[in-house]
Amino acid sequence: MFEIVHKETMSAGNVFLHEIKAPKIAAKAKPGQFVILKANETGERIPLTMADVDPEKGTITIVFMAIGKSTALFGTLEKGQGYQDVIGPLGQETHLENFGKAVCIGGGTGTAVLHPIARALKNEGNHVTTILGARSESHMILKDRMDKISDSLIICTDDGSAGRKGFVTDALKEILETEKPDIVVAIGPVPMMKAASDMTRQYGIKTIVSLNPIMIDGTGMCGGCRVTVGGKTRFACVEGPEFDGHEVDFDDLAKRLRAYGKEEKEALEKHKCNLDAAV
Amino acid sequence: MKKEDSPRKVPRQKMPEQAPEKRRKNFEEVTLGFSPEMAVMEASRCLECKKPLCVEGCPVGVPIPEFINLIKNKDFSGAVRRIRAKNALPAICGRVCPQENQCEGKCILGKKGESVSIGGLERFLADFERQSGNIELPKKDKSTGSRIAVVGSGPAGLTVAGDLSVKGHDVTMFEAFHKTGGVLVYGIPEFRLPKSIVEAEVGLIEDLGVKIECNTVIGLTSSIDELFEEGFDAVFVAVGAGLPKFMEIPGENLVGVCSANEYLTRTNLMKAYDPNYDTPAPSGKNVVVLGAGNVAMDAARTAMRLGAESVKIVYRRSMAEMPARKEEIHHAEQEGIEFVLLTAPSKFVGNKDGFLSGMECIKMELSEPDESGRRKPVPVKNSEYIIECDLAVIAVGSGANPILAKKEPGIALSKYGYIIADQATGKTSKKAVWAGGDIVTGQATVIEAMGAGRRAADSIDEYLSGGDF
Ligand SMILES: Cc1cc2nc3c(=O)[nH]c(=O)nc-3n(C[C@H](O)[C@H](O)[C@H](O)COP(=O)(O)OP(=O)(O)OC[C@H]3O[C@@H](n4cnc5c(N)ncnc54)[C@H](O)[C@@H]3O)c2cc1C
Ligand SMILES: Cc1cc2nc3c(=O)[nH]c(=O)nc-3n(C[C@H](O)[C@H](O)[C@H](O)COP(=O)(O)OP(=O)(O)OC[C@H]3O[C@@H](n4cnc5c(N)ncnc54)[C@H](O)[C@@H]3O)c2cc1C
Ligand code: FES
Repeated sequence: MFEIVHKETMSAGNVFLHEIKAPKIAAKAKPGQFVILKANETGERIPLTMADVDPEKGTITIVFMAIGKSTALFGTLEKGQGYQDVIGPLGQETHLENFGKAVCIGGGTGTAVLHPIARALKNEGNHVTTILGARSESHMILKDRMDKISDSLIICTDDGSAGRKGFVTDALKEILETEKPDIVVAIGPVPMMKAASDMTRQYGIKTIVSLNPIMIDGTGMCGGCRVTVGGKTRFACVEGPEFDGHEVDFDDLAKRLRAYGKEEKEALEKHKCNLDAAV
Repeated sequence: MKKEDSPRKVPRQKMPEQAPEKRRKNFEEVTLGFSPEMAVMEASRCLECKKPLCVEGCPVGVPIPEFINLIKNKDFSGAVRRIRAKNALPAICGRVCPQENQCEGKCILGKKGESVSIGGLERFLADFERQSGNIELPKKDKSTGSRIAVVGSGPAGLTVAGDLSVKGHDVTMFEAFHKTGGVLVYGIPEFRLPKSIVEAEVGLIEDLGVKIECNTVIGLTSSIDELFEEGFDAVFVAVGAGLPKFMEIPGENLVGVCSANEYLTRTNLMKAYDPNYDTPAPSGKNVVVLGAGNVAMDAARTAMRLGAESVKIVYRRSMAEMPARKEEIHHAEQEGIEFVLLTAPSKFVGNKDGFLSGMECIKMELSEPDESGRRKPVPVKNSEYIIECDLAVIAVGSGANPILAKKEPGIALSKYGYIIADQATGKTSKKAVWAGGDIVTGQATVIEAMGAGRRAADSIDEYLSGGDF
C-alpha cells in the first residue's frame, strides 16, 4: 500500500491534496511528470500530475478534483489509509531553461499541475508572472504556494470575489500587449488552454500546455491517450503530457474526453446512492 | 494388442465445451477440459514413437511421450512432474499454445488422421494437480548469491525467473502494470484463459522464491544502469510488443475507435465486464473488428459477450489467409460473429459530436500470387460502401514498445525498434543484459517466448558461474 501521510481539503470541499509515501517515485520525479493511481482492487487507473515531491521524505503530492466516481472515491481516503497502486513517474519532464520572462497560467486544478513547473522555471532564473483563475475565491487552490514562487501573481475570478473579475485570458492579453513574454505555460480546462493558445499565437509567443486525455496504462500500450498535435497522432502518456499549444487540436481532445460521459454519470450516481445507503 | 484396440482406431477425444448460445453471453471458460477417463482414453492413442517428433515441435522440449505414457498408467502426479521439469506454465500452455503448429503438428497420427490432443492432456494434468492442491515444485539448488533483475512478467520473464530461481539465484521481477502475467492477463480473455489460473501459476513462481515488484516501469522508475548500481548482476528484458498499430485512415480519432490493446486491457485486466469494477468498457451495439488474427478473434468474441447486437470481422483477404487459429475462427463463427471478407476500411465517419457512426469500406479481390506466394488483395473500383457501426476495434498487429528502448541507448535495436539479441543465448549488445520474447521476435506465441526465456536462463546461469559475456 502507498500510504497517505497528509491530507487537505480545499476549494469548496471538492478538491483534495494527498501527500503519499512513494520513495522510489519521489527520488526520480521531475516537473511535468505524472503518476497513475488505483485506490483498490476494483478501482480504475487514474492519471494525476505530481504537484510536488519531497525526495528526502520520500513523498509525492497530488491535488485532484472529485469529479467522477474514481476521484470521488480518492477523496474519501484519509490520512493513514492509502492507494493500492501508484505507478510512475510517467511522461516526459518539462523542458526547462532560462527563457527570460515566463508567464504561467493556471486554471482550476490545472494550478496543481502548473506548480512544480512554475517553481522549476523560477529556479532556472526566469522572471515568473503567474495568473491564476477560478470560478470564485472559494474555488481557488494553492494560492499561497504559487505566490511564494512567483515574481508577481495575478488572481482572476469569474465573479470578482477575489482579485480581478474576469478570465485569465483578459489578464494574459494585457501582459502580451505591454511586455513581450518569452514563454507562456497554460494549464487548466481544455477551453482555457485553447483560448490562451489562440491568443498567444497572434503574438508569436511559444506556449506550452499540459493535456489530460483518458489513459489506461500510461506507457504507450493502449493508444487511448492519443491526441492530434500538428496534424499528427501522438500518445500523450509517452510523448507528452506537455505539447506546443499552437499545434494542439483542442476540439479533438474535448471530444475524446466525452467518451465515457454516460457510463461515468451512471457510476457516480450509483456511488452516491451507495454512500447514502451507508450513512 | 488386438487389432481393433490399435491406437489408430480410438477417435480423438473431443473436449466438452459450453454451448455457443450460452457462452456468448458470459465470460466463463469456453472449453471445459477432459475428465480422467477421457484423458486416459486420449493417452491410449499415442504410438510412443521411437523418435518422437512432437518433442522436436515443442520450443521448451516437454518429454511428451513420457508424460502420456504415465497417463496411460493413471499416474497423473508422476506425469505432471515430468512436464513441470520443463514447463512452469502447463495450465496456460495447455490452453493457449497453437499446438496444431507445434507438438501436435508433428504427431505421426496427424499425418493420416487426427493427432493426439497433447495440449488437452497437458491442461488436464495441470488442472488435476492444481485441484488436488498437491504441487511438487522442482528442487532448488544451493543459493549462489547472484542477483538477477527480470523486466516484464509475461511468459518470457516468468520462465527466466523460475528457471534461475531453481538454479539458486536471487531473482526480482519488475512489472509496469499492477498485475503480473503480461499478455496472459491483459490480452487473452478470461473465456480462453481464466485469470485465476494465471494467478495460480505465477504464485508457484513466487513460491520458488522469485520477488515481484509491480507498478515499476523500468526506464522510468529505474534505469537498467540503476539496477546494476543497486547490486543486480544480470538483467533480462522481456517487455513484449505492446505498441498498438493503427490503420492511419481518416477518422481514426473519433470516439468509438480504439486499439485491441485498449479494448482488451479494459475488459481483461480492468475487468470492465464485471459491474463491481469501476473501469468502463467502450460500449458498442454494432461492432466492427479490423484484422483476422487471434487478437481480432478475442476482441470480437469479447464484444459479443459485452452485449453487442452485431459483431463483424472485416478482413481484406479471404478465409483461407486468416492468421488466427482454426479453432478460434470456428468458435467465433459458432458465437455468431460475421465475417466480412475481401473488404478493407477506407475511413471512419462520425456524427457531429465526434462519435463513430460508420466505416467506409472498399471491396477487394485477390489477384495472382505475388513472389511471396500469397494472393495480393487489390481494391475493386467504385465498390465503396458504408458499414454502420458505433465501435471499431483495430487489431492489425502491434510493434515494439519504445519506452525502455529510448532510455537505454546502449541496447542495439533493429530498424523496427525490436531488441537485437542472439538467438541461442538472448545476449544483447549491452553487457550483462539479455532479452527475449516478443520484444525480440515481434508478436509471436507464449511458448516461443518461454523458449527464449529458457535459453536466456541457461546463458545467464553460465555467465554468473564465471562465464564471459
Ligand atoms: C497526465 C494527466 C494528468 C492529470 N493531472 C491531474 C491533476 O493533477 N489534478 C486533477 O484534478 N486532474 C488531473 N487529471 C485529470 C484526471 O485524471 C481526471 O479528472 C480523472 O481521471 C477523472 O476520473 P473520474 O473517474 O473521477 O471522473 P469521470 O470524468 O467521471 O470519469 C471519466 C472516466 O473516463 C476517463 N477520464 C475522463 N476524463 C479523464 C481525464 N481527464 N483524464 C483521464 N481519464 C479521464 C477515466 O477512465 C474515467 O473513468 C490529469 C489527467 C492526465 C491525463
Ligand atoms: C490478445 C492476444 C491474444 C493472444 N493469443 C495467443 C494465444 O492464443 N496463444 C499464444 O501462444 N500466443 C498468443 N498471443 C501472443 C502471446 O501472448 C505473446 O507472444 C507472449 O505473451 C509474449 O510474451 P512476452 O513475455 O514476450 O511479453 P508480454 O506477454 O507482452 O509481457 C511483457 C510484460 O512486460 C511489461 N512491461 C513492458 N514494458 C515494461 C517496462 N519498461 N518495465 C517493466 N515492465 C514492462 C508489460 O506490462 C507486460 O506485462 C496473444 C497475444 C495477444 C495480444
Ligand atoms: S495511456 Fe495507453 S497509450 Fe497512453
